[in-house]
Amino acid sequence: MGRYIIRRLIQAIPVLLGATLFIFAIVFALPGDPVEALAGEKRLDPNIVAIIRDQYHLNDPLLLQYWYYISGVFLHGDFGKTFAGVSVSQLMAGKIQVTLNLALVALVMEAVIGVVLGLWAALRRGRATDTAILASTLLLISVPTLVTGFVLQLWLGVWLKQTVGFEVFPIAGATQGLKSYLLPGFVLAGTSIAYLTRLTRTSLVETLRSDYIRTATAKGLSRRRVVGRHGLRNALIPMVTYLGADLGALMGGAVITETIFNLPGIGLQLYQGVYLREQPIVVGIVTILVLVYIVANLVVDMLYAVLDPRIRYE
Amino acid sequence: MSKTSLDELPAEGGRGNGPLLDVDNLHVEFATRAGVVRAVNGVSYSLNPGETVAVLGESGSGKSVTAQAIMGILDVPPARIPQGEVRFHGTDLLKLSEEARTQVRGQRIAMIFQDALSALNPVFTVGWQISEMFRVHRGMSKRDGMKKAVELMDKVRIPAAKQRVNDYPHQFSGGMRQRIMIAMAIALDPEVLIADEPTTALDVTVQAQIMELLAELQRESNMGMILITHDLGVVADVADKIAVMYAGRIVENASVHDIYKAPAHPYTKGLLESIPRVDLKGHELYAIKGLPPNLLDMPTGCAFHPRCPYRQDDCVTDAPPLYEIGGTRNSACHYWREVLDGDQG
Repeated sequence: MGRYIIRRLIQAIPVLLGATLFIFAIVFALPGDPVEALAGEKRLDPNIVAIIRDQYHLNDPLLLQYWYYISGVFLHGDFGKTFAGVSVSQLMAGKIQVTLNLALVALVMEAVIGVVLGLWAALRRGRATDTAILASTLLLISVPTLVTGFVLQLWLGVWLKQTVGFEVFPIAGATQGLKSYLLPGFVLAGTSIAYLTRLTRTSLVETLRSDYIRTATAKGLSRRRVVGRHGLRNALIPMVTYLGADLGALMGGAVITETIFNLPGIGLQLYQGVYLREQPIVVGIVTILVLVYIVANLVVDMLYAVLDPRIRYE
Repeated sequence: MSKTSLDELPAEGGRGNGPLLDVDNLHVEFATRAGVVRAVNGVSYSLNPGETVAVLGESGSGKSVTAQAIMGILDVPPARIPQGEVRFHGTDLLKLSEEARTQVRGQRIAMIFQDALSALNPVFTVGWQISEMFRVHRGMSKRDGMKKAVELMDKVRIPAAKQRVNDYPHQFSGGMRQRIMIAMAIALDPEVLIADEPTTALDVTVQAQIMELLAELQRESNMGMILITHDLGVVADVADKIAVMYAGRIVENASVHDIYKAPAHPYTKGLLESIPRVDLKGHELYAIKGLPPNLLDMPTGCAFHPRCPYRQDDCVTDAPPLYEIGGTRNSACHYWREVLDGDQG
């Protein structure tokens, strides 16, 4: 198991390098000049431009620029500086926490709501409850986050506040602790909840058809124990896979949600970074996201071995 | 909801006068897209303590469905039991509440299945699965349950039971897995054991060992056993009575001795003749012509008539009742006398 983890971590290095180089190149290829973007409407003194360009190695070829950057990240843990001279590491530090909070709130909502709805639908398969749950998940999947985000912000945020007279769900900022994350968390989790509900339902329905479920029933166990212990334990395997992989997707998806709810996380920062051609910010954030993704996948693979004894890692 | 007619069941050991288990005119049908499939059409047989009844028949003859109806593990719907009774110590199980049936299942009537690999839960250790019986039904602690599991694994002769109790089903061979199924089924000393093709998935030498083990366990505990199989060879050594099923009905009901000596139904006769025999080596093996009927589109009259060498005109129109033959056996054939005498019609 230990050797397996080490091997997986070594395999992660080329993935990380590839992903960062790719993003680096894309930002490099974006039209517009970062130094001019920095100055806005004003014309900058060509000398100053030359100094800045030199300082940030902007005149060097792509691969050399990438090397300066990536060696800084891996050898010194230095994510570089923005054009305004702020350390990217420092800039990200506080914002990662916000995004992580958001993603975790979303993940918990996804897991709880998705599993409960999925179980409910599976046990009422073919009946009205099942159909209603399936229909609503389809609705949730088809409507873009942008729409659910603004609609819920308006209804559960603004309208509800005006109706009951006090703020139930904060609609912007991250200043009220967990409460600030409830609405954005749900919006972020939306489609994932729908997918997990469907996956849970399918997985459990499939599992409940198995021979060992018949055996469990023949043992004289209660329906509750048959489904909850023998069924769910087996149905869990695909569900855990999805949840693990989804953590990465949730952090990536935070870009839209953070923009809607004005949460100062890396998603909002990423959006601004792309807008301002701030290469170090964009690549830094993507590197973090790729890392989260890799670690989440590794944890999922570890969990496999725990959930399914037939899987063993050498 | 504590008052159930389960209270009328005598406690274990206190056996009533009648048979231990009495299946009476059982019907099971399945609602499918294509229509109603009548899988079991009026099956009756009875079982006494210490006795083995073999239920014989091809795939789709309704033998497993009958067993599942006895256990109460049919999926309802699509399955439906429109009529019939399953009396256990005289009490009709089909009329019991689900709660009361759960008390009978596993504890007093247990079942083992064909393919032990898929019938055992892959994610729990075998010890956990066996000890679950004691934990859930007897309120034992984990430790005591595990001790019991090791004892049972010893009893069904799994080598090094103590070391293997924490292994998972996939780590055992096919024969050992079936032994684990058996250990789980006999854990709480059931009065009836239903074995649904327990040896079909195993190779021949292992088959014999498993049958021997079942016979031995039965002798020790005096439980009644329903052995479902399509293998006449397996039946001869262990069964007392044989019920032959065809298309959801019992076509012949007799003692093992009588059936092997002289079958009274053309279908039984066909089955017996299709067993390979050493003294007929080199001869072409007999096979019953045709295929089992489609349960959605049953032949008129006797369901076996399209394949029957004894067929007469009335077989096509009149379904034969289960004729009594000499008080001890039955045959659902108008021409059972001719079959008994061996006259090819």
